[in-house]
Amino acid sequence: MMLLPCPWCGPRNATEFRYVGEAGPRPDPASATPEEWRRFLYVHANPCGPVRETWYHRAGCRRYLAVERDTATNEVRSAVDSATGVAR
Amino acid sequence: MSLLPTTRRGGRGADAPVPMRLGPRPGEVIDRRRTLPFTFNGDPYTAHPGDTIASALAAAGVRLLSRSYKYHRPRGLLTADYLDPGAFFQVGDEPNVRGAHRLVEAGMEVSSQNTWPSLRFDVKAVNQLAGPFLATGFYYKTFIKPEPLWPLYEKVLRRFVHAGAITPDPGGAFYDHRFAHPDVVVAGGGPAGMAAAVAAARAGASVMLVEENHDLGGHLRFGDAADLAALAELRAQVAGETGIEVLTDSVVTGRYDDNWVGIAQRNLPGVTERLVKARARTLVVAPGLIERPYVFGGNDLPGVMLSTAARRLINLYAVRPGQRAVVMTANPEGDAGVADLEEAGVEVAAVLDARRQQGVVRAHGRGGLRTVETTDRRRIEADLLVTATGWTAPTSLLNQSGDRPVYDRRSARFVPDPARMPENVLAAGEIVGDATVAEIVEHADAVGREAARRARRDTTAVTVPELRPDPHPELFSAGTGGFVDFCEDVSAKDITTAVAEGYDSVELVKRYTTVTMGPTQGKLETVNAVALVAAATGRSIAETGTTTWRPVYAPVTLGALAGRPHEPVRYSPMQPWHERHGATPLVAGQWIRPEHYGDPAAEVRAVRTGVGIIDVTPIGKLDLQGPDVPELLNLLYVNKWSRLGIGRVRYGVMCADDGVVLDDGVTGRLGEDHYLMSTTSSGAATVWEWVENWLQTAHPDWRVHVTPVTTAYASINIAGPRSRELLSRLTDVDLSAEEFGYMHVREGSVAGVEDCVLWRIGFTGELSYEIHVPAGYGLHVWEQLMSTGADLGVTPFGVEAQRILRLEKGHFIVGQDTDGLSQGFTAGIDGLIKLDKDDFVGLPELRWQRERDTHPRLVGLRPVDGSIVPPEASQILDRSGGIAGRVTSSRMSPTLGRSIGLGQIDRELAEIGNHVTVRLPDGRDITVEVTEHVHVDPEGARQRV
Repeated sequence: MMLLPCPWCGPRNATEFRYVGEAGPRPDPASATPEEWRRFLYVHANPCGPVRETWYHRAGCRRYLAVERDTATNEVRSAVDSATGVAR
Repeated sequence: MSLLPTTRRGGRGADAPVPMRLGPRPGEVIDRRRTLPFTFNGDPYTAHPGDTIASALAAAGVRLLSRSYKYHRPRGLLTADYLDPGAFFQVGDEPNVRGAHRLVEAGMEVSSQNTWPSLRFDVKAVNQLAGPFLATGFYYKTFIKPEPLWPLYEKVLRRFVHAGAITPDPGGAFYDHRFAHPDVVVAGGGPAGMAAAVAAARAGASVMLVEENHDLGGHLRFGDAADLAALAELRAQVAGETGIEVLTDSVVTGRYDDNWVGIAQRNLPGVTERLVKARARTLVVAPGLIERPYVFGGNDLPGVMLSTAARRLINLYAVRPGQRAVVMTANPEGDAGVADLEEAGVEVAAVLDARRQQGVVRAHGRGGLRTVETTDRRRIEADLLVTATGWTAPTSLLNQSGDRPVYDRRSARFVPDPARMPENVLAAGEIVGDATVAEIVEHADAVGREAARRARRDTTAVTVPELRPDPHPELFSAGTGGFVDFCEDVSAKDITTAVAEGYDSVELVKRYTTVTMGPTQGKLETVNAVALVAAATGRSIAETGTTTWRPVYAPVTLGALAGRPHEPVRYSPMQPWHERHGATPLVAGQWIRPEHYGDPAAEVRAVRTGVGIIDVTPIGKLDLQGPDVPELLNLLYVNKWSRLGIGRVRYGVMCADDGVVLDDGVTGRLGEDHYLMSTTSSGAATVWEWVENWLQTAHPDWRVHVTPVTTAYASINIAGPRSRELLSRLTDVDLSAEEFGYMHVREGSVAGVEDCVLWRIGFTGELSYEIHVPAGYGLHVWEQLMSTGADLGVTPFGVEAQRILRLEKGHFIVGQDTDGLSQGFTAGIDGLIKLDKDDFVGLPELRWQRERDTHPRLVGLRPVDGSIVPPEASQILDRSGGIAGRVTSSRMSPTLGRSIGLGQIDRELAEIGNHVTVRLPDGRDITVEVTEHVHVDPEGARQRV
């Protein structure tokens, strides 16, 4: 089981977190076409390599984290608090 | 000449057991002062403490232990350790017990698995004669058509398959988990593992030393006097280090990301098996080597065994493995086996030195070995054939760490590739190379110090001396048939046939023949299988490669994976009252709630005619404070919140960005910047995370502070025409219709308890007040309501009555009347959804949903025959008999005296007044009228009084 380096709690088991998903901007609801909106909802890059994603430290500090992780190796390159940008 | 007088002569006496126990041996692990009775297939036997089931039977002269998986061939001991494929037993109600590892306990009832009518006269051994039926890949070839017969095939095959019997009753078995954070885990407690553990501990590391056997020592345990001396010294060193925790009868089952190491521990008193989840800073892999069987015709006969098996029997258990032996040896360990046999009084008829191209061609016998055919064309009478033809490095943990072992032709084995191993994994001992015990210890000592250094993240690396495998002849198969996989009954011929049929990669051969897929999981047979595939394809072993070694390394019980049975539940503070008053418990997520107190219909009538109270503590409650709360509410709810006045309550629905209904509830404004949000009981945690998600990731600039207060309050709904009368007796809040109208919120005291929140809302459709009181006073307030309202006939009601009441009012329940595809307009909240807002979560999808206008509708349903309650999930049919929807809620209405419901139905059939067909689960069709949602009091007059 991989460890995630929580900026507040330190390295913790991945099961303490909820995987929220790949991070991406929400399109403007006033102007987005259905295709753009559904691309945002359902079509993710799912790369074999570095990806920016959101994790929620559910069983810990209950903060949402912006994580950059390599999906091929599970190496976490950075993990910061989504709201404050605080890093460890 | 009669060399084997007592075991070979005709009739039943042919296999009459001869005691094989030797006099005391220097390294024996048995306690001769005591004997333990046990039974095998109903017959009484004895063992000494320390004996395994297999060693005790071998000591009693029992050679035939089991029948093989597919052909039901007679099998005896092969490895005499945990892996032994000939020694799987049923012990009591526990199947698949590793009989050459499990220690005998007094009174054990041991039986052979899957033999009928008996081990000796197995009817299914006829499979040996019906070879074509069980040809290579026979599952794929035989059980293709006709499909309807598959269940029959399964039923018949089950009777033939090698497996024990399980009981659905777990009995007194107790399983557990443990979490550990050692600096270093050492997998394997042989000389290398012990030395590495000692060195790591002396360097300051906390160490877990994990050994599969019941004692530390590895092969030293069954070695010579020098080995035993080294063993005593190493054991003393381990015992002297307080930083080492030794886990025997335990096995590292797998290595996962970031050195998460699973350990199945079986030697804890009172615990059948414990799964240790260890997060190791460094993992040292020191499993030693596994002796490899040799493939030749007759290689599975009882009496054919590995040199390590013979040495274990002699030196650990003081059991003579046979009377007259032929030994094929290609290495010093095999030579040591010859010496051990001679010392044990076994007549060694011939030693075939494979280093000089001598060897076995075939073994002959029925039910047991009789003669050995050799390369120099001799036929030697023997009841024991010992082979020492090479070693397999059990590289599983290294593979799981990213290593890809490479084949070393010189030593005829796969060796680790250190360059591919991650920083936090090291290998020690014979898995790396061969050496004297002293050199192994020196190597492992350096590895242990390096492991401790890496755990501490110090900078100066330890120099680890080089260890190289010794040269060894490549010996895999004599080319005369025989078995490759003893567990799965896969023969050499099966492998070559599979290749001939086109399965030319080792991974394909594995799946087609099931080679390496049995209980030993390739540890004995992989390299032989690879060698046979290589020979059949004309490729080299290195080119052929091995199959992947995945976790788990050794079987783990489901019980250990599950761990200690504990399931947290939540109760409201009023639970003691509910229990005293006969509430039927309802499991609602984590909560245990009263479903009813005996008669839900009577509870409904009490609410409609008088007053009832219900414990609604599980309702989710979030305290929201800050100037930007209205922004948040506007974003998360589909309706508008900007102008909610202080003291007002509003109902809202939340959708996700795909437009699907997420949750609903009411939010009240308690003060200028202070709100209390309620959620569904099941959605409390989800909505909290949802709110935090939007605040933290999308709008960190908003000034909103969220506090979950679900269990800070006990919540009670007081409902019914006399609810005002009841509550007014206990509160200082003015409940008059003018001062405290419908959909308003007030704060005040109830039954002397300050800081209560009261909202006037109407889920049941009656005049009702939902009061939230500090949780510690919940039971007090509840009891005060019951006693104060006795003259009003106040009645407690449960979740079932509430469901009926809300259904009579046509209120939908998220997740019951909506599902994972129900977008907002499907739920019938058209009036609530404000598409003219600039933004809210789900806005675009809801806009498109309405534009398409093709969505199913939530409608009220009334069976024409009001005595029939169509079960929830009954299907609504269209005119051609297709599915046009389903009943989502249905109950008998005590108020109307007829059945009512809610359902989702295709737009074309959703018009009010339509009659549609509903198919009941029993196949009957009934006619149902489509109605408005609301069945009782459509004007809402009752709740607004």
